[in-house]
Amino acid sequence: MFDDLSLLSLLIWLPILGGLWVLTLEESLVRPIALVVSLVTFLLSLPLYFGFDTTTAAMQFTENLSWIPAFGIEYALGVDGIAMPLIILTTFTTVLVILAGWEVIQYKPAQYMAAFLIMEGLMNGVFASLDAILFYVFWEAMLIPMFLLIGIWGGKNRVYATLKFFLYTFLGSVFMLIALLYLYSQADSFSILEYHKLAIPMSAQILIFLAFMIAFAVKVPMWPVHTWLPDAHVEAPTGGSVILAAIMLKMGGYGFLRFSLPITPDASRELDWLIISLSLIAIIYISFVALVQQDMKKLIAYSSIAHMGFATLGFFIGFMIYQETGSLDGGAMAMEGGIVQMISHGFISGALFLCVGVLYDRMHSRQIQDYGGVANVMPRFAMFAVFFAMANAGLPATSGFVGEFLVIVASFKANFWIAFGAASIMILGAAYTLWMVKRVFYGEVANEGVASLIDIGKRETMILTVLAIVVLLFGIWPAPLLDVMHATVQNLVEHLSVSKIPL
Amino acid sequence: MQNVFLAIVLAPLIGAITAGLLGVSRRVAHSVTISAVAISFLLSLYVFYEIIFAGAAPFNISLYTWLESGNIRLELGFLVDSLSVLMMVVVTFVSLMVHIYTVGYMHDDPGYQRFFSYINLFTFSMLMLVMSNNFVQLFFGWEAVGVVSYLLIGFWFNKETAIYANLKAFLVNRVGDFGFILGIAAVLMAFNSLDYAEVFGLAQQGQYPETISLFSGIEWSMMTVICILLFIGAMGKSAQFPLHVWLPDSMEGPTPISALIHAATMVTAGIFMVARMSPLFELSETALSFVLIIGAITAFFMGLLAIVQNDIKRVIAYSTLSQLGYMTVALGASAYAAGIFHLMTHAFFKALLFLGAGSVILAMHHEQDMRKMGGLKKYLPITYITILIGSLALIGAPGFSGFFSKDAIIEAAYHAYEAERFGAGFAYYAVLLSVFVTALYTFRMFFLTFHGKERMDKHTREHLRESPWVVTIPLILLAIPSLLIGIFTITPLLFGHYFDGAIFVNNNPFNPEHYHGVLNFIGHAFLQPPVWLAAAGVGTAVFFYLIRPELPGILAERTKLIYDLLVEKYYLDRFNDWFFAGGLRNLGSVLWKIGDVKVIDGFINGSAHLVGTVSKLIRQIQTGFLYHYAFAMILGLAVLLSIFVFGTA
Repeated sequence: MFDDLSLLSLLIWLPILGGLWVLTLEESLVRPIALVVSLVTFLLSLPLYFGFDTTTAAMQFTENLSWIPAFGIEYALGVDGIAMPLIILTTFTTVLVILAGWEVIQYKPAQYMAAFLIMEGLMNGVFASLDAILFYVFWEAMLIPMFLLIGIWGGKNRVYATLKFFLYTFLGSVFMLIALLYLYSQADSFSILEYHKLAIPMSAQILIFLAFMIAFAVKVPMWPVHTWLPDAHVEAPTGGSVILAAIMLKMGGYGFLRFSLPITPDASRELDWLIISLSLIAIIYISFVALVQQDMKKLIAYSSIAHMGFATLGFFIGFMIYQETGSLDGGAMAMEGGIVQMISHGFISGALFLCVGVLYDRMHSRQIQDYGGVANVMPRFAMFAVFFAMANAGLPATSGFVGEFLVIVASFKANFWIAFGAASIMILGAAYTLWMVKRVFYGEVANEGVASLIDIGKRETMILTVLAIVVLLFGIWPAPLLDVMHATVQNLVEHLSVSKIPL
Repeated sequence: MQNVFLAIVLAPLIGAITAGLLGVSRRVAHSVTISAVAISFLLSLYVFYEIIFAGAAPFNISLYTWLESGNIRLELGFLVDSLSVLMMVVVTFVSLMVHIYTVGYMHDDPGYQRFFSYINLFTFSMLMLVMSNNFVQLFFGWEAVGVVSYLLIGFWFNKETAIYANLKAFLVNRVGDFGFILGIAAVLMAFNSLDYAEVFGLAQQGQYPETISLFSGIEWSMMTVICILLFIGAMGKSAQFPLHVWLPDSMEGPTPISALIHAATMVTAGIFMVARMSPLFELSETALSFVLIIGAITAFFMGLLAIVQNDIKRVIAYSTLSQLGYMTVALGASAYAAGIFHLMTHAFFKALLFLGAGSVILAMHHEQDMRKMGGLKKYLPITYITILIGSLALIGAPGFSGFFSKDAIIEAAYHAYEAERFGAGFAYYAVLLSVFVTALYTFRMFFLTFHGKERMDKHTREHLRESPWVVTIPLILLAIPSLLIGIFTITPLLFGHYFDGAIFVNNNPFNPEHYHGVLNFIGHAFLQPPVWLAAAGVGTAVFFYLIRPELPGILAERTKLIYDLLVEKYYLDRFNDWFFAGGLRNLGSVLWKIGDVKVIDGFINGSAHLVGTVSKLIRQIQTGFLYHYAFAMILGLAVLLSIFVFGTA
């Protein structure tokens, strides 16, 4: 029944149009309407999961319209087992973000809600695009609402943060555009799936790979192009941080899977050491940096970088596993681990930023030293915070464990020391997360500000409960999440084992 | 049977949710949680009966597929055989005792429901751990008990020492888990499966890669790598040197959990795990030697520390470390059965000692310093008798439960020594000497608490009275097995076929041909050194703490160097604080302030500045005066022309 509904178009344009509609509404209607739009979008994204054919790696729910025929640019949409979960993650997170901004945002609420809805549509567009130009348009357009969110509703230093954010990501995108144009010149088409079939000589592959890598590495972000993220997070309003961490960072990982690996498999194999090293640096180096942060948001931002290191490690370690074992299975496991890590990180980091938001709304401080003994006055909130902190530390039976587990055990097949380095997050992740919990939540009530805190209300409890259930569910039973990606990942891994260098 | 197993694990989980999340009253909280554990206990007894007496085959049941990835399917499920059912009974029994005891002990605490919720959750996690049939679920339970332990050590989260201790406990355990997860990864690499039955089957057929290359060119035995990595996990959880440092600090938690988690059950998870993995450990002589040496170091050196402690709970905590060392020595000597046997007897008498200490602490109004006790015998008769039984069991007085298990371990160590296993000689003498040390610190504690001068203040003395029945009944119920369990179980556990099919040993140290019944075993012991060493230990304690109580202080003065070394716990905590906690934080600061802020952001902001400066310079050229532009044009024309002219010439 959904076949002729143009589901993906609906998921892109409904929130965008809904966002524009919200702009025109009077203030009392803004919040309910925004919520309804986001809820409907979320519900409409569910058929993607339930109607998904898990046996095929082909694109599903495809749509194809001619857009700019002179250049062969098409309005082509479709999802596979990698994009589909990310779209649902987007629609799900948007609902929570709208709820989270319900009371706090008193300044221009219509614009605030509209920005999130429009951004939701654009992000869905990024994940659903099968045409390079369409992809690029969404990719760039998505930056605008985020730029505004930080710039208008952000903290004191927001101008510096927005500029840094914009310049970093924009610089990256320019390289990507060059690569896309080069590919167009070779394929005579902007279809991403056509790009996958291109035979490209090694020297060109290396250049394309590096161009893509710059764009995606900034987004992930990977060391050493990560320093925009902590600044952006610190200045962003809570909802902005949630979207940034939960969805936007995933674009980088998604880009590696959609572009770098299938288009330039030989260059990926040649340069896998580069990504693997940068991932390990992200995991270890950034964890140490996270340990000494004084600002809760910065700490979680650095933690995000370290956790995303698992995603990139999982995507590229497969080449080494193949070399060691001669089998593709380990690579598939690592890649699925990386994808699960992206999804799970969306929930957990989102939840943690919401938790910081809860405190910030009440105390207007993100400094760890301004807190202490919060568990005394906000016991219910403390329970959630400790739970999500444990999930962030990769506790089994939470979704945070699944991806890390798969990547670590798969990496072991490639090289003991890579697994050793990756597994260090078991210690470091627990250290920085729980040390923060100790200083913020435990101990005697630190000051009068903390003493006057009021525990979370129904709305906040509901948001955190939903997230907690999801985090637990995917930890206890990740099979349904993994099942949708098997065919796609298997296909991708097999694709990688075949050289594309023209003979 | 599957439903029975599900009921056993889920009952405490439901109890935990009820008491923790539904906001019920105190009465409902303790009723629900105690009933839940009682259900688990009774059903465990039923399963025990079915397997041991009715002769049911071990159950290996798959519950559901956790995930599938690559070519691996990871299923969660239960393996219930003689080994796990023994653990189930011990865990649920001690847990039940602790639950009942808590009603009295935590009576006035505002976090009453939360506490019951946690200990129910703990019981669930521990049962999942011991009943697992695969490495994934083992790790789930492993981490879950760690989290509950974290929550319970920090139960009084306003207490700075408690929240320091719980963070430390979690992080040190994570160091062990770090090894453990790499061990699991190694198992997966070698066997392409994480299911016990499959892995053990392949291991016995020798179907796994012989070696693994860790450093280029040097090949290591695969099995040694697997076993040592797994054992590192056990070292964290079962507090073996040098990862033992968290256990003494964990005493900051309420006493019931010290008994349940940090003596009887969770800390023995490592011992259980190695016994469960006996088909793997038996294949690596090197790993077993490693286990043996670590266990011996822990048994002897941690026992010594108990002698200088003044906090009654800390004495018992160091004693627990030392006894865990004994169990580890048993594992390293391939006497897994003896390790599990000691695990069981220790669970009873150590839980008893902790709960007894808790009863003393209650009577003393939460005073734990033994220097302020003394002469409590006449005020706390039931506590006195039960602690005496526990102490005698701990030092291995002939006939008491601890006697059998400890003697078995010493014999096993001797057996390994004879078989020339590397490190066994050291281990044998370590566990032997520890018998004296154990007796000394145990009766030092006993005499300081119950005998001699009454050193408490007047107010405390006036309020001294025996604890309520909810406290004393569990003491009595634990005293019975502490006294008797050894006599009844040594024959089947060590010399019979109880563990057949669950534990694998190549060269069993316990030869049934040399065994002629329990009485003979006891009689034989009087011809061996351990009994006399224990007697000497008690004698020393009598002399120093009853006859000449002024001597220990003088002795401490005279041997200040050694005394300080012991009081400072071999300076290990200081080293860890300085090197790990401090050093790694400094490393973080350097990486952040220099790596991120100076170098990377410096570069970024620097290039932004560079662009700014260059554009400022270039802007100077854009003057807006026509004659400037005309001059530039003419100049350009001249340059182009000269290139054209001279270039072609």
